[in-house]
Amino acid sequence: MEKRTFLKGGAIALALGAVGMPKTSLAAGGKTIGISIPAATHGWTGGLNFQTKRTVEQMKKAFPDIEFVVAAANDASKQVNDVEDLVARGIDALVILPFESEPLTEPVKQAKAKGVFITTVDRGLSEEGIEDLYVGGNNPQYGVIAGHYFKKKFPDGAKIVVMRGIPTTIDNVRIDAFKKELGGSKVQILDMQFANWNPDKGFEVMQDFLQKYDAIDGVWAGDDDAALGAMEAIKQANRPKQIVVLGGSGMNKVVKMVKDGGGAVDADIFYPPTLIIPAIELTTMRTATQAPIRGRYILDSPLITKDNAEEFYFPDSPY
Amino acid sequence: MNTAANPADAMPHRSWFGATKRLSALGPIMALLALIFIGSMLSDSFLSAGNLSNLLTRSAIVGIIAIGATYVITAGGLDLSVGSMSALIAGLVIMGMNAAGSSLGDSWLVVLIGIVLALALGVVAGSLNGVLVVKGGIDAFIVTLGTMGIFRSVITWLSDGGSISLSSSLKGIARPLYYGSVAGVSYPLIAMIVLAIGAELVLRRARLGRHITAIGSNPEVARYSAIRVHRVRILTYVFQGVCVALATMIYVPRLGAATPSTGLLWELEAIAAVIIGGTALKGGFGRIWGSIVGVLILGLIDNILNLTALASPYLNGAFQGVIIIIAVYLQKGRREV
Repeated sequence: MEKRTFLKGGAIALALGAVGMPKTSLAAGGKTIGISIPAATHGWTGGLNFQTKRTVEQMKKAFPDIEFVVAAANDASKQVNDVEDLVARGIDALVILPFESEPLTEPVKQAKAKGVFITTVDRGLSEEGIEDLYVGGNNPQYGVIAGHYFKKKFPDGAKIVVMRGIPTTIDNVRIDAFKKELGGSKVQILDMQFANWNPDKGFEVMQDFLQKYDAIDGVWAGDDDAALGAMEAIKQANRPKQIVVLGGSGMNKVVKMVKDGGGAVDADIFYPPTLIIPAIELTTMRTATQAPIRGRYILDSPLITKDNAEEFYFPDSPY
Repeated sequence: MNTAANPADAMPHRSWFGATKRLSALGPIMALLALIFIGSMLSDSFLSAGNLSNLLTRSAIVGIIAIGATYVITAGGLDLSVGSMSALIAGLVIMGMNAAGSSLGDSWLVVLIGIVLALALGVVAGSLNGVLVVKGGIDAFIVTLGTMGIFRSVITWLSDGGSISLSSSLKGIARPLYYGSVAGVSYPLIAMIVLAIGAELVLRRARLGRHITAIGSNPEVARYSAIRVHRVRILTYVFQGVCVALATMIYVPRLGAATPSTGLLWELEAIAAVIIGGTALKGGFGRIWGSIVGVLILGLIDNILNLTALASPYLNGAFQGVIIIIAVYLQKGRREV
């Protein structure tokens, strides 16, 4: 009985401690930038969180008067709360990578109405003209580059399988562009399944593809996490014929394989978690100097090959 | 009158009622056979040795976890933390093995250290859940919901949201733990079968097994029968932790990395398999072989849908849902006894 009371007391003390923790006050006279991003739940968002932290550190050094508040959300509804909390804190600018476009549009619009400078990253909002600045990768180009890679690799035709990502509009845009690019070529898509940008799922889906089809020349895994799973399944199956694997999004491990050469992977498609860097930098610049920065800033999704891999390699990043 | 008797002790009798009861006990096996039949009709490669071996080997991971879950649920508990626990153990074991490898040199010894470390972590994590539930008097659902979040956050933090990778030479040495086989039967499958047989024997024949069932059936009565309720309940959580550790040691050599999404939703797969297999969610009745059949059913559905492209892949989850509900409906007769 005594033990239980002790436990309860401890728990309450812990909870009170958390609530009573002093909030860092706004920098005197300075400005505050709020950053709202998805939590590090898979490789790419892990990379995103790493680059955010890194950039914020650098910006703090360059502009000591500006305060940065970073919030990471597990889902769209938590992110809506985050945005509302940030606005309540009195931020001057908001850098947001929306989890989903629809649910985040209204809260960001509310923030805008309060005079907050809005920078959206990667995924847009569902209404035009809310954001002051947009920084994004090029999703249609992502699919086109992948299609182009297979066309060039197999001018005489090939049978390939595709791993889709998580069912989202981004995935649809990429896949549509990919299919369109391959239209009229001799490269034939045998099958498509969702692998959720996940290595375990990539492994299982690839095992099943290998059982289903005797001849597979290539795999577009859509993402490097899924590609690593697919490669493991191919290795296990001991297919005598080499199967070409193309992932995407620039995981450092895969970029290194491309850089070193000689492996199963000779290219990757850049869809970088580093796109948060210019978003934070430009917003900070705007906040610090009132420089008239607005518009759209689209980063290319080029093909990473042995020749240019060095440029895209961040060995310290967790992704 | 003996109407409230534990179903596990019920004597088989030759009435119409007994016959339907036995029939409903066969529900999961019938569902499994039906799926195998459908699979072999729809796809030529379904019954190939390669496909079946892939399917059974990858099912072993959730299968081993489901064996532990059967014990926990039979004793009237629940463990939602198993997926997160596996991810955290995978991450810590990989870090431990990498560290051991760099000081001792990469060898089988390091893999062995990894296995021992995994089992120790499983015991610790399982004890944590068990003690909080039993001694702390907090509902199992809440405790394991809490530790699920804790374990998942810690692995995300340790990996910085990216991945923790096993050094490639160690990966090569540990590889047979997943890919190795004896006479065509893979190690993971052998591990699952041995563990399942042992666990089923204990649950049916040993005193501990009868105590677990009795506690799940009615903890008050069990207490009056001089069963050490606390100790037995904690033991089920510890056993669950050990099962998770074993499953993790099969998982780690497969891809050689732990990420924040490792083991995501394994807890739901394991619980679904246990329930499909005929174990009562309320406790008091459990069967290991049923849980294994449940895991195979879930794995088969995924496999068949991948092999056949029967419908839009958007609907894969719906198929699984329908089959889970049907399989449990087939056992409804027995449950309401």
